[in-house]
Amino acid sequence: MSVTSIVIDVLVAVCLVISLAKNKDKTKLALKIAYNATKRMGPSVLAIIAVIGLIVGFIPPKWIASAIGGDRGIFGVLIAAFLGAILFIPALIAFPLASSLLQMGAGTMAIAAFITTLTMIGFIFLPLEIKELGKRFALLRNGLSFLVAIAIALIMGLVLA
Amino acid sequence: MSENDTDDDKKARVTDGDSSGQPPSAKPPLRKRIRWDYVFLTLSVVALVTLSLIFPDKGSRAGKVVWEYVKEMIFILPAVMVLMGLFAVWVERDLVVKYLGKGSGGKGLVIALLLGTLPTGPLYVAFPLAAMLLKKGARVANMVVFLSAWACIKLPLELMEFQFMGWRFALLRLGLTVALVIPMGVLAERLYRRREPAVRDFDPAEVKEVEVALGVELPGDVSSG
Repeated sequence: MSVTSIVIDVLVAVCLVISLAKNKDKTKLALKIAYNATKRMGPSVLAIIAVIGLIVGFIPPKWIASAIGGDRGIFGVLIAAFLGAILFIPALIAFPLASSLLQMGAGTMAIAAFITTLTMIGFIFLPLEIKELGKRFALLRNGLSFLVAIAIALIMGLVLA
Repeated sequence: MSENDTDDDKKARVTDGDSSGQPPSAKPPLRKRIRWDYVFLTLSVVALVTLSLIFPDKGSRAGKVVWEYVKEMIFILPAVMVLMGLFAVWVERDLVVKYLGKGSGGKGLVIALLLGTLPTGPLYVAFPLAAMLLKKGARVANMVVFLSAWACIKLPLELMEFQFMGWRFALLRLGLTVALVIPMGVLAERLYRRREPAVRDFDPAEVKEVEVALGVELPGDVSSG
Protein backbone atom coordinates (compact mmCIF):
# COMPACT_ATOMS: atom_id res chain seq x y z
CA MET A 1 0.00 0.00 0.00
CA SER A 2 1.58 3.21 -1.16
CA VAL A 3 1.91 6.43 0.82
CA THR A 4 -0.28 8.17 -1.74
CA SER A 5 -3.19 5.83 -1.24
CA ILE A 6 -2.87 6.06 2.57
CA VAL A 7 -2.96 9.87 2.36
CA ILE A 8 -5.97 9.77 0.05
CA ASP A 9 -7.85 7.23 2.16
CA VAL A 10 -7.26 9.23 5.33
CA LEU A 11 -8.32 12.45 3.60
CA VAL A 12 -11.56 10.95 2.34
CA ALA A 13 -12.21 9.31 5.72
CA VAL A 14 -11.90 12.75 7.36
CA CYS A 15 -14.35 14.23 4.83
CA LEU A 16 -16.73 11.37 5.52
CA VAL A 17 -16.59 11.92 9.29
CA ILE A 18 -17.22 15.66 8.87
CA SER A 19 -20.14 14.92 6.57
CA LEU A 20 -21.53 12.40 9.05
CA ALA A 21 -21.30 14.93 11.87
CA LYS A 22 -23.12 17.54 9.80
CA ASN A 23 -25.89 15.43 8.33
CA LYS A 24 -26.44 11.73 8.78
CA ASP A 25 -29.07 11.31 6.06
CA LYS A 26 -27.07 13.12 3.39
CA THR A 27 -24.03 11.02 4.26
CA LYS A 28 -26.06 7.84 3.97
CA LEU A 29 -27.21 8.99 0.54
CA ALA A 30 -23.61 9.78 -0.45
CA LEU A 31 -22.53 6.26 0.53
CA LYS A 32 -25.41 4.80 -1.43
CA ILE A 33 -24.41 6.82 -4.49
CA ALA A 34 -20.81 5.67 -4.03
CA TYR A 35 -21.93 2.05 -3.72
CA ASN A 36 -24.07 2.21 -6.85
CA ALA A 37 -21.32 3.94 -8.84
CA THR A 38 -18.82 1.27 -7.74
CA LYS A 39 -21.23 -1.46 -8.75
CA ARG A 40 -21.80 0.16 -12.12
CA MET A 41 -18.12 0.79 -12.80
CA GLY A 42 -17.00 -2.59 -11.46
CA PRO A 43 -17.08 -4.58 -14.71
CA SER A 44 -15.20 -1.83 -16.59
CA VAL A 45 -12.57 -1.59 -13.87
CA LEU A 46 -11.99 -5.34 -13.86
CA ALA A 47 -11.95 -5.43 -17.67
CA ILE A 48 -9.31 -2.70 -17.91
CA ILE A 49 -7.16 -4.58 -15.38
CA ALA A 50 -7.42 -7.69 -17.57
CA VAL A 51 -6.46 -5.58 -20.59
CA ILE A 52 -3.46 -4.23 -18.66
CA GLY A 53 -2.50 -7.85 -17.93
CA LEU A 54 -2.76 -8.63 -21.65
CA ILE A 55 -0.69 -5.60 -22.65
CA VAL A 56 2.07 -6.10 -20.07
CA GLY A 57 2.15 -9.87 -20.36
CA PHE A 58 1.80 -10.48 -24.06
CA ILE A 59 2.67 -7.37 -26.05
CA PRO A 60 6.41 -6.92 -26.60
CA PRO A 61 7.49 -3.62 -24.96
CA LYS A 62 9.30 -2.66 -28.14
CA TRP A 63 5.99 -2.42 -29.98
CA ILE A 64 4.78 0.18 -27.51
CA ALA A 65 8.11 1.98 -27.59
CA SER A 66 8.16 2.07 -31.38
CA ALA A 67 4.67 3.61 -31.49
CA ILE A 68 4.61 6.07 -28.62
CA GLY A 69 8.07 5.69 -27.03
CA GLY A 70 10.02 8.63 -25.66
CA ASP A 71 12.42 8.73 -28.61
CA ARG A 72 9.55 8.93 -31.09
CA GLY A 73 9.30 12.61 -30.18
CA ILE A 74 6.46 14.64 -31.63
CA PHE A 75 5.14 11.74 -33.74
CA GLY A 76 4.55 9.65 -30.65
CA VAL A 77 2.83 12.61 -29.02
CA LEU A 78 0.56 13.14 -32.04
CA ILE A 79 -0.37 9.45 -32.25
CA ALA A 80 -1.17 9.36 -28.53
CA ALA A 81 -3.12 12.63 -28.67
CA PHE A 82 -5.14 11.38 -31.62
CA LEU A 83 -5.90 8.06 -29.90
CA GLY A 84 -6.95 9.92 -26.76
CA ALA A 85 -9.28 12.15 -28.78
CA ILE A 86 -11.15 9.35 -30.53
CA LEU A 87 -11.19 6.66 -27.84
CA PHE A 88 -13.84 6.70 -25.18
CA ILE A 89 -12.30 5.43 -21.96
CA PRO A 90 -13.60 6.81 -18.68
CA ALA A 91 -10.81 8.70 -16.90
CA LEU A 92 -11.32 6.54 -13.85
CA ILE A 93 -9.92 3.51 -15.65
CA ALA A 94 -7.65 5.43 -18.02
CA PHE A 95 -5.07 6.28 -15.34
CA PRO A 96 -4.12 2.67 -14.52
CA LEU A 97 -3.95 1.93 -18.26
CA ALA A 98 -1.70 4.97 -18.79
CA SER A 99 0.58 3.95 -15.94
CA SER A 100 1.00 0.46 -17.38
CA LEU A 101 1.84 1.91 -20.82
CA LEU A 102 4.41 4.16 -19.14
CA GLN A 103 6.01 1.11 -17.53
CA MET A 104 6.06 -0.59 -20.91
CA GLY A 105 8.23 2.13 -22.39
CA ALA A 106 5.76 4.74 -23.62
CA GLY A 107 7.08 8.30 -23.46
CA THR A 108 5.99 10.69 -20.70
CA MET A 109 5.04 13.29 -23.31
CA ALA A 110 2.90 10.84 -25.25
CA ILE A 111 1.11 9.66 -22.12
CA ALA A 112 0.46 13.22 -20.97
CA ALA A 113 -1.02 14.04 -24.37
CA PHE A 114 -3.10 10.84 -24.31
CA ILE A 115 -4.65 11.55 -20.90
CA THR A 116 -5.31 15.20 -21.72
CA THR A 117 -7.08 14.61 -25.03
CA LEU A 118 -8.89 11.60 -23.58
CA THR A 119 -10.53 13.74 -20.92
CA MET A 120 -10.84 17.10 -22.67
CA ILE A 121 -12.05 15.96 -26.09
CA GLY A 122 -15.11 13.80 -26.38
CA PHE A 123 -15.39 12.51 -29.90
CA ILE A 124 -18.58 10.62 -29.09
CA PHE A 125 -20.01 13.73 -27.45
CA LEU A 126 -19.20 15.92 -30.46
CA PRO A 127 -22.57 15.54 -32.25
CA LEU A 128 -24.33 16.47 -29.03
CA GLU A 129 -22.02 19.42 -28.43
CA ILE A 130 -22.63 20.64 -32.00
CA LYS A 131 -26.38 20.27 -31.58
CA GLU A 132 -26.44 22.21 -28.33
CA LEU A 133 -23.75 24.82 -28.88
CA GLY A 134 -23.32 25.06 -32.63
CA LYS A 135 -20.68 23.77 -34.99
CA ARG A 136 -18.38 26.74 -34.63
CA PHE A 137 -18.29 26.61 -30.85
CA ALA A 138 -17.83 22.84 -30.64
CA LEU A 139 -15.13 22.62 -33.29
CA LEU A 140 -13.24 25.57 -31.81
CA ARG A 141 -13.35 24.11 -28.30
CA ASN A 142 -12.29 20.63 -29.39
CA GLY A 143 -9.69 21.84 -31.87
CA LEU A 144 -8.06 24.22 -29.43
CA SER A 145 -8.19 21.52 -26.75
CA PHE A 146 -6.15 19.29 -29.03
CA LEU A 147 -3.50 22.00 -29.43
CA VAL A 148 -3.51 22.69 -25.69
CA ALA A 149 -3.04 18.96 -25.02
CA ILE A 150 0.02 18.91 -27.31
CA ALA A 151 1.39 22.01 -25.58
CA ILE A 152 0.86 20.48 -22.14
CA ALA A 153 2.59 17.30 -23.27
CA LEU A 154 5.60 19.12 -24.70
CA ILE A 155 6.08 21.26 -21.58
CA MET A 156 5.76 18.16 -19.37
CA GLY A 157 8.34 16.40 -21.50
CA LEU A 158 10.77 19.29 -20.98
CA VAL A 159 10.14 19.59 -17.25
CA LEU A 160 10.09 15.87 -16.36
CA ALA A 161 12.99 14.91 -18.65
CA MET B 1 -17.57 11.18 -18.48
CA SER B 2 -19.56 8.27 -17.43
CA GLU B 3 -17.68 7.59 -14.21
CA ASN B 4 -19.13 10.45 -12.24
CA ASP B 5 -22.69 10.25 -13.32
CA THR B 6 -24.67 8.94 -10.45
CA ASP B 7 -28.28 9.16 -11.31
CA ASP B 8 -27.78 11.82 -13.95
CA ASP B 9 -27.53 9.44 -16.84
CA LYS B 10 -30.85 7.91 -15.96
CA LYS B 11 -32.42 11.34 -15.84
CA ALA B 12 -30.74 12.35 -19.08
CA ARG B 13 -32.03 9.22 -20.75
CA VAL B 14 -35.50 9.95 -19.52
CA THR B 15 -35.36 13.38 -21.11
CA ASP B 16 -33.79 12.05 -24.28
CA GLY B 17 -37.27 11.42 -25.56
CA ASP B 18 -36.13 8.87 -28.11
CA SER B 19 -38.41 6.20 -26.75
CA SER B 20 -41.49 8.08 -27.86
CA GLY B 21 -44.55 6.09 -28.69
CA GLN B 22 -43.24 2.85 -27.24
CA PRO B 23 -45.41 1.19 -24.66
CA PRO B 24 -43.52 0.78 -21.39
CA SER B 25 -43.78 -3.00 -21.58
CA ALA B 26 -41.97 -3.22 -24.94
CA LYS B 27 -38.46 -4.54 -24.72
CA PRO B 28 -35.75 -2.08 -25.74
CA PRO B 29 -33.85 -3.07 -28.91
CA LEU B 30 -31.22 -5.76 -28.51
CA ARG B 31 -28.39 -3.27 -29.00
CA LYS B 32 -29.50 -1.41 -25.89
CA ARG B 33 -30.05 -4.51 -23.78
CA ILE B 34 -26.48 -5.76 -24.18
CA ARG B 35 -24.28 -4.80 -21.25
CA TRP B 36 -21.18 -3.85 -23.21
CA ASP B 37 -19.05 -3.60 -20.11
CA TYR B 38 -19.77 -7.26 -19.29
CA VAL B 39 -19.06 -8.28 -22.90
CA PHE B 40 -15.77 -6.41 -22.75
CA LEU B 41 -14.92 -7.94 -19.38
CA THR B 42 -15.71 -11.49 -20.54
CA LEU B 43 -13.70 -11.13 -23.76
CA SER B 44 -10.64 -9.68 -22.03
CA VAL B 45 -10.67 -12.26 -19.22
CA VAL B 46 -11.11 -15.15 -21.69
CA ALA B 47 -8.23 -13.81 -23.80
CA LEU B 48 -6.04 -13.37 -20.73
CA VAL B 49 -6.73 -16.85 -19.38
CA THR B 50 -6.33 -18.56 -22.78
CA LEU B 51 -3.05 -16.83 -23.55
CA SER B 52 -1.77 -17.54 -20.05
CA LEU B 53 -2.47 -21.25 -20.49
CA ILE B 54 -0.68 -21.31 -23.85
CA PHE B 55 2.32 -19.25 -22.67
CA PRO B 56 2.66 -20.04 -18.95
CA ASP B 57 5.79 -17.93 -18.35
CA LYS B 58 4.26 -14.82 -19.92
CA GLY B 59 1.02 -15.66 -18.16
CA SER B 60 2.64 -15.58 -14.73
CA ARG B 61 4.03 -12.12 -15.49
CA ALA B 62 0.56 -10.97 -16.59
CA GLY B 63 -0.92 -12.51 -13.46
CA LYS B 64 1.48 -10.59 -11.21
CA VAL B 65 0.63 -7.31 -12.95
CA VAL B 66 -3.10 -7.98 -12.68
CA TRP B 67 -2.75 -8.70 -8.96
CA GLU B 68 -0.75 -5.47 -8.44
CA TYR B 69 -3.45 -3.39 -10.13
CA VAL B 70 -6.26 -5.16 -8.29
CA LYS B 71 -4.54 -4.28 -4.99
CA GLU B 72 -4.05 -0.65 -6.00
CA MET B 73 -7.67 -0.39 -7.10
CA ILE B 74 -8.95 -1.85 -3.83
CA PHE B 75 -7.08 0.82 -1.90
CA ILE B 76 -8.08 3.78 -4.04
CA LEU B 77 -11.41 3.10 -5.76
CA PRO B 78 -13.69 3.13 -2.68
CA ALA B 79 -12.17 6.44 -1.55
CA VAL B 80 -12.70 8.03 -4.95
CA MET B 81 -16.28 6.78 -5.13
CA VAL B 82 -17.09 7.97 -1.61
CA LEU B 83 -15.68 11.40 -2.46
CA MET B 84 -17.88 11.54 -5.56
CA GLY B 85 -20.88 10.56 -3.46
CA LEU B 86 -20.09 13.32 -0.96
CA PHE B 87 -19.82 15.87 -3.76
CA ALA B 88 -23.11 14.66 -5.19
CA VAL B 89 -25.00 15.31 -1.96
CA TRP B 90 -23.22 18.44 -0.73
CA VAL B 91 -22.70 20.40 -3.92
CA GLU B 92 -25.99 21.42 -5.43
CA ARG B 93 -26.18 22.03 -9.15
CA ASP B 94 -28.03 25.19 -8.25
CA LEU B 95 -24.68 26.54 -7.15
CA VAL B 96 -23.25 26.14 -10.63
CA VAL B 97 -26.19 27.84 -12.29
CA LYS B 98 -26.22 30.60 -9.68
CA TYR B 99 -22.59 31.61 -10.04
CA LEU B 100 -21.78 30.71 -13.62
CA GLY B 101 -21.84 33.86 -15.66
CA LYS B 102 -21.41 35.97 -12.54
CA GLY B 103 -18.39 38.21 -12.41
CA SER B 104 -16.85 39.76 -15.46
CA GLY B 105 -13.40 39.65 -16.97
CA GLY B 106 -10.78 37.55 -15.24
CA LYS B 107 -12.97 36.89 -12.22
CA GLY B 108 -15.67 35.34 -14.39
CA LEU B 109 -13.13 33.08 -16.05
CA VAL B 110 -11.80 31.85 -12.71
CA ILE B 111 -15.33 31.25 -11.41
CA ALA B 112 -16.16 29.28 -14.58
CA LEU B 113 -13.02 27.20 -14.08
CA LEU B 114 -13.78 26.46 -10.42
CA LEU B 115 -17.42 25.57 -11.10
CA GLY B 116 -16.29 23.24 -13.88
CA THR B 117 -14.10 21.25 -11.50
CA LEU B 118 -17.02 20.33 -9.25
CA PRO B 119 -18.05 16.76 -10.00
CA THR B 120 -21.70 17.39 -10.65
CA GLY B 121 -22.36 15.07 -13.54
CA PRO B 122 -21.27 13.83 -16.95
CA LEU B 123 -20.22 16.17 -19.75
CA TYR B 124 -23.41 15.87 -21.75
CA VAL B 125 -25.52 17.48 -19.04
CA ALA B 126 -23.18 20.48 -19.19
CA PHE B 127 -23.83 21.13 -22.89
CA PRO B 128 -27.47 22.27 -22.64
CA LEU B 129 -26.60 24.20 -19.49
CA ALA B 130 -23.79 26.05 -21.29
CA ALA B 131 -25.97 26.57 -24.37
CA MET B 132 -28.75 28.18 -22.41
CA LEU B 133 -26.39 30.38 -20.44
CA LEU B 134 -24.75 31.43 -23.71
CA LYS B 135 -28.17 32.33 -24.98
CA LYS B 136 -28.63 34.42 -21.89
CA GLY B 137 -25.51 36.37 -22.76
CA ALA B 138 -22.74 34.55 -20.92
CA ARG B 139 -19.27 35.02 -22.45
CA VAL B 140 -18.09 32.43 -24.97
CA ALA B 141 -14.73 32.35 -23.17
CA ASN B 142 -16.41 31.52 -19.86
CA MET B 143 -18.41 28.68 -21.38
CA VAL B 144 -15.36 27.19 -23.11
CA VAL B 145 -13.42 27.33 -19.85
CA PHE B 146 -16.37 25.90 -17.95
CA LEU B 147 -16.89 22.98 -20.34
CA SER B 148 -13.19 22.18 -20.58
CA ALA B 149 -12.76 22.23 -16.82
CA TRP B 150 -15.91 20.13 -16.47
CA ALA B 151 -14.48 17.62 -18.96
CA CYS B 152 -10.97 17.26 -17.68
CA ILE B 153 -10.49 18.59 -14.15
CA LYS B 154 -12.52 16.54 -11.73
CA LEU B 155 -11.39 16.59 -8.14
CA PRO B 156 -11.97 12.90 -7.30
CA LEU B 157 -10.26 11.85 -10.54
CA GLU B 158 -7.17 13.85 -9.61
CA LEU B 159 -6.80 11.37 -6.75
CA MET B 160 -6.65 8.52 -9.26
CA GLU B 161 -4.00 10.38 -11.20
CA PHE B 162 -1.94 10.99 -8.04
CA GLN B 163 -2.13 7.30 -7.22
CA PHE B 164 -1.28 5.88 -10.63
CA MET B 165 0.87 8.55 -12.26
CA GLY B 166 2.64 9.98 -9.25
CA TRP B 167 2.48 13.43 -7.62
CA ARG B 168 4.94 15.14 -9.95
CA PHE B 169 3.17 14.06 -13.13
CA ALA B 170 -0.32 14.74 -11.77
CA LEU B 171 0.42 18.15 -10.25
CA LEU B 172 2.35 19.34 -13.28
CA ARG B 173 -0.41 18.27 -15.67
CA LEU B 174 -3.10 19.79 -13.45
CA GLY B 175 -1.17 23.06 -13.16
CA LEU B 176 -0.57 23.30 -16.89
CA THR B 177 -4.20 22.48 -17.67
CA VAL B 178 -5.47 25.18 -15.33
CA ALA B 179 -2.94 27.66 -16.71
CA LEU B 180 -3.74 26.95 -20.37
CA VAL B 181 -7.52 26.49 -20.29
CA ILE B 182 -8.19 30.17 -19.55
CA PRO B 183 -6.11 31.60 -22.44
CA MET B 184 -7.67 28.89 -24.59
CA GLY B 185 -11.14 30.14 -23.71
CA VAL B 186 -10.20 33.73 -24.51
CA LEU B 187 -8.66 32.68 -27.83
CA ALA B 188 -11.75 30.63 -28.70
CA GLU B 189 -13.90 33.68 -28.04
CA ARG B 190 -11.71 35.83 -30.33
CA LEU B 191 -11.97 33.27 -33.12
CA TYR B 192 -15.67 32.69 -32.54
CA ARG B 193 -17.01 36.11 -33.60
CA ARG B 194 -20.76 35.95 -33.56
CA ARG B 195 -21.61 36.15 -37.20
CA GLU B 196 -24.69 34.04 -36.93
CA PRO B 197 -26.94 33.78 -33.89
CA ALA B 198 -24.80 32.12 -31.27
CA VAL B 199 -27.12 29.38 -30.23
CA ARG B 200 -30.37 28.01 -31.56
CA ASP B 201 -33.63 29.03 -29.91
CA PHE B 202 -35.03 26.92 -27.14
CA ASP B 203 -38.71 26.46 -26.69
CA PRO B 204 -39.98 26.76 -23.13
CA ALA B 205 -40.82 23.06 -22.91
CA GLU B 206 -37.23 22.21 -23.69
CA VAL B 207 -35.96 24.60 -21.03
CA LYS B 208 -38.33 23.00 -18.55
CA GLU B 209 -37.00 19.57 -19.50
CA VAL B 210 -33.41 20.58 -18.83
CA GLU B 211 -34.42 22.21 -15.56
CA VAL B 212 -36.08 19.00 -14.45
CA ALA B 213 -33.13 16.87 -15.59
CA LEU B 214 -30.65 19.09 -13.79
CA GLY B 215 -32.87 19.65 -10.80
CA VAL B 216 -32.34 23.38 -11.00
CA GLU B 217 -34.20 26.46 -12.10
CA LEU B 218 -32.49 28.44 -14.82
CA PRO B 219 -32.46 32.15 -14.16
CA GLY B 220 -34.72 34.41 -16.17
CA ASP B 221 -36.14 33.67 -19.57
CA VAL B 222 -33.81 31.56 -21.66
CA SER B 223 -36.31 30.53 -24.27
CA SER B 224 -36.10 33.69 -26.31
CA GLY B 225 -33.07 35.51 -27.59
